[in-house]
Amino acid sequence: MTKLADLARLIRSKNAGPFELTFDIMFEDEARYSRVRASGALTREVVAQLYGLPADQVKFFYVDNALAVKASIPRPATQGDLYDSDGHGGQQYAPLMEIEIP
Amino acid sequence: MPGIEEIRILSPTGVCGSGFLETSFEKALAWDPHFIGCDAGSTDPGPSHLGTGVAAFPRAAVKRDLRLMLLGARRKKIPLLIGSAGTAGGDAHVEWFCDIVKEIAREESLSFRLAVIHAEQDKSYLKKRLGEGRIKALQPAPPFDEDVIERSACIVGMMGVEPYQRALQAGAEVIVAGRASDTAIFAALPIMRGVPQGLAWHAAKILECGAAAVVNRRTPDCMFAWLRNDHFVVQAADETLRCTPQSIASHSLYENADPFKLVECSGTLDLTESRYEAHTERAVKVSGSRFLPAERYTVKLEGAEKAGYQSVVIGSVRDPFIIRQIDDWTERLTERIHARVNMVYGDTLKRSDYVVHMRIYGKNGTMGALEPVKEIRSHELCLLIEVTAPSQELASSIAGIVRHQGLHLPIPEWSGLITALACPYNPAHLDRGAVYRFNVNHVVEPDDPHEMFRTRWYAVEGPAFEEIPT
Repeated sequence: MTKLADLARLIRSKNAGPFELTFDIMFEDEARYSRVRASGALTREVVAQLYGLPADQVKFFYVDNALAVKASIPRPATQGDLYDSDGHGGQQYAPLMEIEIP
Repeated sequence: MPGIEEIRILSPTGVCGSGFLETSFEKALAWDPHFIGCDAGSTDPGPSHLGTGVAAFPRAAVKRDLRLMLLGARRKKIPLLIGSAGTAGGDAHVEWFCDIVKEIAREESLSFRLAVIHAEQDKSYLKKRLGEGRIKALQPAPPFDEDVIERSACIVGMMGVEPYQRALQAGAEVIVAGRASDTAIFAALPIMRGVPQGLAWHAAKILECGAAAVVNRRTPDCMFAWLRNDHFVVQAADETLRCTPQSIASHSLYENADPFKLVECSGTLDLTESRYEAHTERAVKVSGSRFLPAERYTVKLEGAEKAGYQSVVIGSVRDPFIIRQIDDWTERLTERIHARVNMVYGDTLKRSDYVVHMRIYGKNGTMGALEPVKEIRSHELCLLIEVTAPSQELASSIAGIVRHQGLHLPIPEWSGLITALACPYNPAHLDRGAVYRFNVNHVVEPDDPHEMFRTRWYAVEGPAFEEIPT
């Protein structure tokens, strides 16, 4: 098992507008990307579980030509609203780093 | 397919005011662009900019970038297209931005025909369209009704390519637009000249971020594109910056919910079939991108309303006894604050009239309830206690109560008067003034692409800045 953080070249989160949050998990080479993609350990359901959402609220994509996996969720709080803690959505990805990839 | 002329585009930087190298800009100008485009805004800096009319980037930084762009555009006699002026693209932001344009024109003795396209929306227009059922919610969206329109500080519409195209056709040499789709700035002219829409919009999507799509980004800098019949080529101006097929493909991920489908006013850019090839070792050739015209033209709205006035108390805790019971301690503190507020204000200030919110850094300040790590591993915690109230005076007064209650809230381990909170500032609270929230995620279905955007014309000749009646 290897942590996703040790396989990706970049894991990031960012606002996709004020109402959505998006995660990009990007890989340096085809081998690592394919390993993660084929592992079944990084899925829509896993992202949903980590962020406390039903799976149908998670948009989930494999972007082969970018060697990247992408997921988008409704923002936990609207950007800049009273209970928002991360205006740019930039530090919400940490739980993804811990995903164990076989 | 009949041959179209090649269209060349220079994007000096991702946001006007974030900077670019002058050397890169000069190199790119030497490649003879047909126009210069620059995005000047975003929702990313947050709702306060839309709410207050204040830009996110410093005036001096915007002026530095804008001066170089205006001088370059006038020297080459090519149009300069700006979008989302002053961060949020409302009337106040556009006015602020035009004032900088005016100042530069005077200082540099520049002459040009300026089109200013306004994007702030008239409240009665929005109410009319709402009543007709022609304002539709995107997902996810807050509730939207006449009251929301009425209490909004500012609502802008995000324009498409059409207002730019009309201004270009009427001879605009410089266009300063309010809120605009970032891509519309770059797609307007190529589409006018016959570049296939899929290629025009895709190139625009890459260009609007300046050189952000390079492999080895160092600072914001210039990007350049050559648009042709069946492909486009992108390359950064600085020869040490490299674009690779992967770096360009990856850019479609950035700040988008969907990496394959990008929705614009007039349709959807579809990147499912896009092909990315190395053109040289630092330029990338893109083809296969498609544009699917929308059945119904839509304009996205962005709005902000005042959420109240805020004061913040910052304090830290080092006592391990308090840290191990921090949830209980902050809950008791919250109740104490409300009890004291009630004692002071009685029925004149109800509990539902103000909000006390505590963030505990060292525990879950960044992720709140979503934080999977439950155990506190830090020997100290930072508390940010925010009070949001109907006036600044009230917020400040309640913050005074927060400080005093927090300072002496007891714990069972100690007997006698404790001092529980280390406050680095004096006064212990910071007044933040009015705070805003985004309150709209909807689209309007207008009769045509122009009705929500009005253009004013100016003849600029050095110090003279005259509105041209239309």
